[in-house]
Amino acid sequence: MRAILVSKWTKVAIFIFCLMPFGDLVWRIIKSDLGANPVEYLQHATGDWTIRFLVFTLSITPFRKLLRLPDLIRFRRMLGLFAFFYVSLHFLTYLGPDQSFDLSAMWKDVAKRPFITVGFAAFVLLIPLAITSTTGWIRRLGGKRWQLLHRSIYVAAVCGVIHYYWLVKSDVRKPLFYGALVGILLLWRLGNWFFKKGSAVAAKLSAQRAPANSSQ
Amino acid sequence: MLIRKAPDLTYADITPRSVYLDRRKFLRAMGLVGATAAAGKGLFDLAWPPETALAATQFSGLIKSPFSTTEKQNTLNDVSHYNNFYEFGSEKSDPAKNAQNFKTSPWTVSVEGEVKTARKFTVDEILKLAPLEERIYRHRCVERWSIVVPWIGFSLSVLLKLVEPTPKARYVAFQTFYDPRQMPEAKYGGIDFPYVEGLRLDEAMNPLALLCVGMYGETLPPQDGAPVRMVIPWKYGYKSIKSMVKIRFQEKEPPTTWNRYSSSEYGFYSNVNPNVDHPRWSQAKERRLGEIFTRNTVIFNGYGDQVASMYNGMDLKKFH
Repeated sequence: MRAILVSKWTKVAIFIFCLMPFGDLVWRIIKSDLGANPVEYLQHATGDWTIRFLVFTLSITPFRKLLRLPDLIRFRRMLGLFAFFYVSLHFLTYLGPDQSFDLSAMWKDVAKRPFITVGFAAFVLLIPLAITSTTGWIRRLGGKRWQLLHRSIYVAAVCGVIHYYWLVKSDVRKPLFYGALVGILLLWRLGNWFFKKGSAVAAKLSAQRAPANSSQ
Repeated sequence: MLIRKAPDLTYADITPRSVYLDRRKFLRAMGLVGATAAAGKGLFDLAWPPETALAATQFSGLIKSPFSTTEKQNTLNDVSHYNNFYEFGSEKSDPAKNAQNFKTSPWTVSVEGEVKTARKFTVDEILKLAPLEERIYRHRCVERWSIVVPWIGFSLSVLLKLVEPTPKARYVAFQTFYDPRQMPEAKYGGIDFPYVEGLRLDEAMNPLALLCVGMYGETLPPQDGAPVRMVIPWKYGYKSIKSMVKIRFQEKEPPTTWNRYSSSEYGFYSNVNPNVDHPRWSQAKERRLGEIFTRNTVIFNGYGDQVASMYNGMDLKKFH
């Protein structure tokens, strides 16, 4: 299993996999097979793939621990960058067709519409994460600070779900589905943190108690 | 006393013709069954896909309406594959897939409430009420997309006058057919069914309010609201109720489906208005299907000359 995970080819295969939704969109554009409302199709498809890749990225850590496969970490950066790739396309389908590349109109829209504000916030939050995704930046920032910064993906994912929820009119199944996934992944972290903290406190307590007991 | 006004019989041949076409189709299908009986049903389905059983019937001799726009029409394919019809699913592509076995015949529309002559109309009876017109209308959805569609029908006022509303009648309520067995997707839609809509009586009597039985020269596809629907071109699309089974005259303002779901977002009037935003998104612009960039939305969807006077003195923000 480990041999597969660390193989260069696995990474290449996953890279190609991650590009397939993009390839599908390009192919549909060429064939003009995007339905009656092509712009909306592109907006929805890139939005869907953004939230999916955020979920994939957030699943790496739980799967590493639960499946005891630490090598899964090799794919996290790529998945995160693909989330950023799709959110950038998603943003462009908004800035272009919806706002006619008019930045001042866009800012007005962002300021006025909570549904746009929260989606835009998610996009902006992901920009520094994409920039600092390199090994060089991890070194420059130091592991602790880098990790702290990259926790903003949690906020971005939650914003993404809210953005989706506020978009739909009345059938909330899909946003709730992604909301549940993000919720599970974040709750797992919370549980893990409590558990760790709990065991650290217990270790501390028992460490304190042990010498006290022995001294009596 | 049933029909006081003698119906214009110019189009009486419409119904026999559709019956005739159905019969011919039936006979052809039977012949095919016989021919391929030995080959089995699989081959039959291959040679004669089930959808053709629902193929639309052509209308002829349609009158051109002065209300028609000269703007470029959307294609029948677009208009029949991009639908909001939550009874058949909430994705735009769902109704085209899920409504194909929707049983739209026999069909009656019950007209009741504050009228002198409450009665039921069959679709054939409706078709004979007035000469059929082709009306090319702009259609603006609350979701900021719009289309241009050549509808077929006649002013709803023809039918409303026929049943003689009493002085008490101030509103008209409409209801869509609902059958959870034929519409299993409805339960995921998030809105209550049956779908209901309503108009003030003067709005319903406005000549633009179209009682619609077809589009693109043919009967309506099931996903577009067959066999009979309303088209209210100056209001957001959800006011144009589909697959209608009931028209009720009443004194009080009737409940409407989307208003019931969220009254701050969807008002009773729901007139197209670029100056009154949906709480979650701007209504200033719209995307015409087939176009990349957006265009400005026009108040009353460009039908102000015909309808604006009905709302004189009304605060259109309050009565959105």
